Amino acid sequence: MEEEKIIEESKEEQENGSEEMDNDNSQEEIKVERKLVIPGETIVSGDDYLPGDYTKKDGDNVVSNRYGLAEVRGRVVKILPISGVYEPRRGNTVIGRVSEINFSGWQIDIGGPWRAFLPLNECPRFINRNNVAEFAGVGDVFNIKVWGVKQGSVDLSLKSRGLGKLEDGRIIKINCHKVPRVIGKEGSMINLIKDKTSTEITVGQNGYVWLKGDIDGTRKAEEAIRLIEKEAASEGLTNKVEEFLG
Amino acid sequence: MDIPNITKKKIRELLKDSNRVDGRSQFDNREIVVETDVSNKAEGSARVKLGNTEVIVGVKLQTQEPYSDHKDEGTLMVGMEINPSAGERYEPGPPKIDAIEIARVVDRGIRESGYIDFKKLCIKEGETVWSVMVDIYAINDDGNLLDASAIGAVAALKMTKIPEYTEEEGVQYGNLTDNGLPLTENESLMMTFYKVGNQLLFDPTRDEEDASSARLTLAISKPGKDKIINSMQKGGLDSMSIEHLNQVIEEAEKVYDKIFPELDKKVEGLK
Amino acid sequence: MGYTKRSDGRKMDEIRPMRAEVGVVPNADGSALFATGKTVAIATVYGPKELHPANKRKQDRALIRCEYHMLPFSVSERARPGQNRRSKEIGMITENALAAVVDLKKFPQSVIDVQVLILQADAGTRCAGINAAAMALAHAGIDMKEMVASISIGKIDDKIVVDITKEEEDYEEGEGPTDIPFTLTSNGKECTHLQLDGKIQTHRFKEAIDAAVVACEKVLDVQKRALKGEIVNEGNK
Repeated sequence: MEEEKIIEESKEEQENGSEEMDNDNSQEEIKVERKLVIPGETIVSGDDYLPGDYTKKDGDNVVSNRYGLAEVRGRVVKILPISGVYEPRRGNTVIGRVSEINFSGWQIDIGGPWRAFLPLNECPRFINRNNVAEFAGVGDVFNIKVWGVKQGSVDLSLKSRGLGKLEDGRIIKINCHKVPRVIGKEGSMINLIKDKTSTEITVGQNGYVWLKGDIDGTRKAEEAIRLIEKEAASEGLTNKVEEFLG
Repeated sequence: MDIPNITKKKIRELLKDSNRVDGRSQFDNREIVVETDVSNKAEGSARVKLGNTEVIVGVKLQTQEPYSDHKDEGTLMVGMEINPSAGERYEPGPPKIDAIEIARVVDRGIRESGYIDFKKLCIKEGETVWSVMVDIYAINDDGNLLDASAIGAVAALKMTKIPEYTEEEGVQYGNLTDNGLPLTENESLMMTFYKVGNQLLFDPTRDEEDASSARLTLAISKPGKDKIINSMQKGGLDSMSIEHLNQVIEEAEKVYDKIFPELDKKVEGLK
Repeated sequence: MGYTKRSDGRKMDEIRPMRAEVGVVPNADGSALFATGKTVAIATVYGPKELHPANKRKQDRALIRCEYHMLPFSVSERARPGQNRRSKEIGMITENALAAVVDLKKFPQSVIDVQVLILQADAGTRCAGINAAAMALAHAGIDMKEMVASISIGKIDDKIVVDITKEEEDYEEGEGPTDIPFTLTSNGKECTHLQLDGKIQTHRFKEAIDAAVVACEKVLDVQKRALKGEIVNEGNK
């Protein structure tokens, strides 16, 4: 039951991508302001304000605890990270590479602070402990789900639709904080790229992206993704990408 | 993340049709950027970027006693460090064998062509000679540190000025004369060809280098009308066929003709 | 006579022209360059990431590891590459200067690797290194409650001066040179690094600290501008 709930949450996250960076017309009357701040910088001052993600109240001041875009949305102040390694979250779908195998499963590198593990019993079908390497060996990559995060380790699972070993194609890495922008609202941006370049694309929440298609299409898709990564904060990004894809 | 198997496979597959991920052709190099005067305490210095691969090279001159079997010759020493800043695969600690190999290969490429006239580095026979210390520091590794290091070393040597020296006071660092090192026309260009699958390529990115199984480095100079191979080194766990060896020589001549004149002009222009 | 005029003509409280830029090493999670006058430092940050071997992991917090390297050609007499006692000590001091403001509890058992490279040395290298490292940590998205800014205060003969050069470090007249490298949090309240070498009367210490606090604010301004995308180059004016 809970697992299904997680799937729903993460699907929403993937499909809805980023509403954060959109133009403010889509929001209600709440005023939204954004500016780039550094750690220790005072964002706003006043007792009304509530300190959200990556901020802290110091007297009347709301102070940033991270380099990023400070967003003041009505009374709530938070930082939208723009840099930093991937922080594993329950429900995320990520792309990971097998780094080690043993009788109980696969050690998988998904980036971020901790190692991740896929146990035998989280595979979609029964794998005998003697067939571990046959299913996936060192260097193979998976589209895989994070189902648990403990301090010091991450638990992975393949038990959902759309997950599994990635065959053919290649992997590139982008800034994981730009992933919502690359996916777009309800997948609009990534679907645009897929259609215009006839490329299969899977974007991991950890910033790893799988591309599969013919050489020119894949190259164009990669360039489009890099363009979004670079221009993520600008306005009219959808137009720029449409123009680029021709 | 280390290179995934599918990426390696894709690189090899593309290469069979002479294609590369970034659109270059098999023996095409990335943009080469050379800056000099990167460190004002060095007697000569250069920064080289091959695409995103970056190395900084500095030359320091010291005086020392000559070797007993070369009483009237100066000396050359090339060192290399791949700092952990260069990539997540590099651990802190003393230079590993990969840095040591690069240093030694770059050294031989410079030495064997007779680029430096060591006799002119003699100050007092049997007693005092100039010792040329070249230190290569890798700052960002996106493949092909070998060739970037060699280009950097040659550029730094070209920019080197000899400091003032007196017998009484020794070397006066900070007081440079207008004299450069005694360099000859035997300047060599070092080129490394990498075996990927069963194909060869030149100037790989990090992924391409990871997809390679062997490499062949050669240094070519052209003092007269013939191109001369001054040094070679095959590296990597895999073998290279005789056909490959011959193909490398053929491609190296073409690459030399394409890169060397422009590169030479670029560095001369910075002097 | 005393030290009345600085060898490079600066005012007593003037910092050498500073340069700062972020993102100078593409592979790193965060990177920055910071220079004061002819002293140039680059710092890179990788992490938080998995820490090997497992026995080095701290149960309840991340490990922050700093290495300080002087490139062999960064000084007049070539410095042998590798870590010597001085560079190991400076590495530790840099770790402590930064650890005080980094949220190490957020990612236990992981490691944050910081490399400081000195490309050119003209005194104040550890301070330039700390400044670059602080920028690189922020750039790498590490959770930090404050930034830190570092400066070397000197007492040259009887004068308190800001940002000493190598020449000033070697000044032997009168009371001689005293070198006080100092690092301050961006809220101006906490000292995360302090060293002192030389001779300074106890009643003058406060004056040195006061000068340091003012100077650190100027350094912080440069760090902030660089993090906000500017390529700061004061020497270019």
